Amino acid sequence: MEIRVRGKPAVKREEARVLIMRVGGTNCDKETQRAFQDLGAQAHVVHINQIVKKKHMISECDALVFPGGFSYGDYVRAGAIWAKWIVAKLGNEIKRFLGEGKPILGICNGFQVLVEMGVLPAFHGISEFPEAALATNSPPGYNCRWVYIRHENRGNCVFTQHIDRNAVLRIPVAHSEGRFIFPKEKENACLEKLLEGDQLVFRYCSQNGEPAEGAYPVNPNGSFYDIAGICNPEGTVLGLMPHPERAFYWWQLPDWTRKMVLPQYGDGKQIFEGMLRYLEKKF
Amino acid sequence: MMFKARVEVSLKKGHTDPEGETTAKLLRELGYMVETVGVSKVFTVTLKANSKAEAENLVEEMCRRLLANPTKDDYSYTVEEVK
Repeated sequence: MEIRVRGKPAVKREEARVLIMRVGGTNCDKETQRAFQDLGAQAHVVHINQIVKKKHMISECDALVFPGGFSYGDYVRAGAIWAKWIVAKLGNEIKRFLGEGKPILGICNGFQVLVEMGVLPAFHGISEFPEAALATNSPPGYNCRWVYIRHENRGNCVFTQHIDRNAVLRIPVAHSEGRFIFPKEKENACLEKLLEGDQLVFRYCSQNGEPAEGAYPVNPNGSFYDIAGICNPEGTVLGLMPHPERAFYWWQLPDWTRKMVLPQYGDGKQIFEGMLRYLEKKF
Repeated sequence: MMFKARVEVSLKKGHTDPEGETTAKLLRELGYMVETVGVSKVFTVTLKANSKAEAENLVEEMCRRLLANPTKDDYSYTVEEVK
């Protein structure tokens, strides 16, 4: 289904309602909520069963978030069960939500869910079957480490429009299924499409911004083209493996005890700030 | 009628299989002349259907909708009636 974005009204920051969804296994909902609240928005964490009972909750909020965690124990594939559950129970509501130009953020497991839902990369609108996958890390195993990601977007992604192109952000990853891949036979064609449509948002890189070129641990999971985050063609859906909510405050940074001068916030703040700035705009 | 399906989901050819590679490495360490190891997932599904053909269609649908991701997975299945 093709997404047609309608004019979105401006929302005052203090009135912006962010709905953070959770299921069994979600474990980054509270940090994500705190990040949005810190920036002045209203953020509510609601279990998906409640939302299925009160579907109007989707249309009443201004932004949706799929937070990190291990939804349904990562059974079948990470994110697969939650994704298919959402499509079956709330598919129409999500399509309407996206059609209104409202943003959806998926962090880590949330990114896996969005890809399994067919909402990312959604080259030709929401796809019935996933067009990409977040496969088992290579080298295998759970990888929890601070990484650098380079902002690659040229202005399409509404979450990162205020971030300079090529800016390097330091944000941690924590996952075992984060290797972003396209179907092998279409790998290059898909990459071309991703670049053409300005859907590439973040790539793993070194501290000074050099692409990882697949080298571990700069690229912590073996992702194709060092992809760490992508958006949909409209730029209103962002999925990324790193956890911005874990790089929000200065005291979450790994080296804060060694620094004489500390920033007030970590780089992760920029993602949340970008979403709220978008909500404040009318177009 | 009751049917039992055995669905095997494995990685498509050409995709990296980090789990398989690690397992192969250890088997070689243990002294086996192992070339490659591929890791698959097996789902055993029991389901109701009016015929074997219908059961097969349903299992096919399950694979496409949930059990496999066409980006990286191949799947195969067998279906037999449970008496």
